[in-house]
Amino acid sequence: MKIVLQHLTKIFPSRNKKSDEEVVAVSDFDFEIPDGKLIGLLGPSGCGKSTTLYMISGLQKPSSGKIFFGDDDVTELSTENRGIGLVFQNYALYPHMTVKQNILFPLQNLKGEDKMTKEQMLQRAYEAAKLVQIEQLLDRKPSELSGGQQQRVAIARALVKMPRVLLLDEPLSNLDARLRLQTREEIRRIQKETGITTVFVTHDQEEAMSISDMIVVMKAGVVQQIGQPQDVYDDPANLFVAKFLGTPPINVFDGHVKGGKLYVGEDAVLEIGGVADQEVAVGIRPEGFVLDDNGPLVCKPVNVEVMGRDVSVVSTHPASVNPLVRSIINADNRFDLGNESVRYTIKPHKIFIFSKDNEERLRFEVK
Amino acid sequence: MVESKQQWKAWLYLSPAIALLLVFTVWPIVNTVRMALLEDYSIAAASGGDRVFSLGIGNFVKVAQYQNFLTCLKNTALLCVATVPISTLLALLVAVALNSIKPLRKTLQTIFFLPYVTNSIAIGMVFAAMFNIVGSVGTRRPNIVTLGIINNVIEFFGGHYVNWINTGSSYWANMIVLIIYIVWNALPFKILILLGGLQSINKQYYEAAKVDSTPRWRVLWRITVPLLSPMIAYVVITGFIGGFKEYTSIVGIFGESLGPAHAPGRLNTMVGFIYEALEQYHQGRASAAALILFAIILVVTLINLQVSKKRVHY
Repeated sequence: MKIVLQHLTKIFPSRNKKSDEEVVAVSDFDFEIPDGKLIGLLGPSGCGKSTTLYMISGLQKPSSGKIFFGDDDVTELSTENRGIGLVFQNYALYPHMTVKQNILFPLQNLKGEDKMTKEQMLQRAYEAAKLVQIEQLLDRKPSELSGGQQQRVAIARALVKMPRVLLLDEPLSNLDARLRLQTREEIRRIQKETGITTVFVTHDQEEAMSISDMIVVMKAGVVQQIGQPQDVYDDPANLFVAKFLGTPPINVFDGHVKGGKLYVGEDAVLEIGGVADQEVAVGIRPEGFVLDDNGPLVCKPVNVEVMGRDVSVVSTHPASVNPLVRSIINADNRFDLGNESVRYTIKPHKIFIFSKDNEERLRFEVK
Repeated sequence: MVESKQQWKAWLYLSPAIALLLVFTVWPIVNTVRMALLEDYSIAAASGGDRVFSLGIGNFVKVAQYQNFLTCLKNTALLCVATVPISTLLALLVAVALNSIKPLRKTLQTIFFLPYVTNSIAIGMVFAAMFNIVGSVGTRRPNIVTLGIINNVIEFFGGHYVNWINTGSSYWANMIVLIIYIVWNALPFKILILLGGLQSINKQYYEAAKVDSTPRWRVLWRITVPLLSPMIAYVVITGFIGGFKEYTSIVGIFGESLGPAHAPGRLNTMVGFIYEALEQYHQGRASAAALILFAIILVVTLINLQVSKKRVHY
């Protein structure tokens, strides 16, 4: 089932009656989610990603715009009639019911021709439990389960009625780091197995990048960029997206373009074309640095962090926006911290420049 | 844990409360047991230094043999069994309704809470006035001035008036008035407790139920009631305890005759029985009755707790 969002907007009225300051939580969201894909809505808190999810679920009504499931306009349809599965951030498992009763609950609500016999329900509940690998926990209460197990039960409960769309609100935020890695693979596997169009919300870019077919990066209610994770990483539309994706984060410098050359501070790092002379923000991915004794970018080394396969060199540069510049270089390159300075050349496709005025990407040609 | 050196300080701070409790709670209880077990005890005899009484269970036997005692027991039990479920159910519905509206909630909350802060004798008199027929009824030539507001309403809808509380009224008519009064009087406290419980239920359970297209009655029965079960158990248990101590409501409506004029004492309860015995200087009988009442309340509460163990979640 594809999901189409047309000019979706959500405005919350001001809480204070005297001032008429409205909060635009989501502004003009226009996107078609292809059938059977896993989509990650990504952004910092307060960016409108959860609001978007709740509008798709019907728990919140859009101020304007339309939502389609396939060809059906569901904008005015209440949550009950949308046929969605929703996994809440804290799972919202009914504490007084066993796992089995929790999973059966949605099935017992089915009416009319969807109505099932007890055996069919048990069968379906068992299948859903098997899919998320909790079939041995069916008689436990939620309070007797670990966080990861509760998460699986919540997913099973959402999946058991074969929803048209599966929505997950921060599905991994209540899990510890190790379980998070495992569970995100689980979500990926379950989504692939069921083929249900799935939308999930997260503020963790790594999580979104690692399992999504497509990610939607949002900021302050406005969609910044939509695309496959690698494409968005390699080709960010603006400084916000560039900064938001990637660990360690991108290094940002004050720079300028002058006479066909790109300067980082006073260092001319690249010869470029297609950009008029101006002040710019320069973003360089950590993996874009190459150690080179004659390289144009001169930094002052502070520390070296060995990460096994790679080495991260922490240094300073007068034009850097952040206090420290972090580069990742191959561990084969022996690095001597005793040096006064460290010089780099920059891989051209790992360097992005952005307008100083609106932080939009400025595309350039490498000469 | 307080260090043992500091413990005397703890005892010191507790001592005023302990002293008061010993004098006004513990000693009376001990004394009640003593008086209940002393046959033919009376204040007069005791103060005269006459030790004519002997130890035994005679008081209990006497109490059980009283016809009046059985009437009181029956009335009390009947009122409990009728009012506790009705008031709990009504309170639940009112609390759920109050919780689901926004406008006027505060106003309605205040209205529902009013009976709680009003004197129960005063309410009883108002109820009596509402059900009272002014004039003579049940006589050969009835001369009716007014039928009372309730009967007026009944007649407005085409029914025949009922003699609720006046001379010649039936036992069941009296009981219905008492049940309505007690239920109404018991509602505010229960609503308050249940509303508090409702407001502490995580809203996401309801959103989850909505996503799963759960019908309303099913949400109430499968989600709200189980999640509210600790509060429900609490109001049921306290309701039964209060119900067994019912007395003022009967005085409020029927006055000290505890029944309509032609059948005084017909609506007496356990507590009423104890008062009566005290008035007649039968401390032994009163104490025995009080202990029987205590035993009944204890057993009912234990049954309640046992039932709620199976039904109350968490």
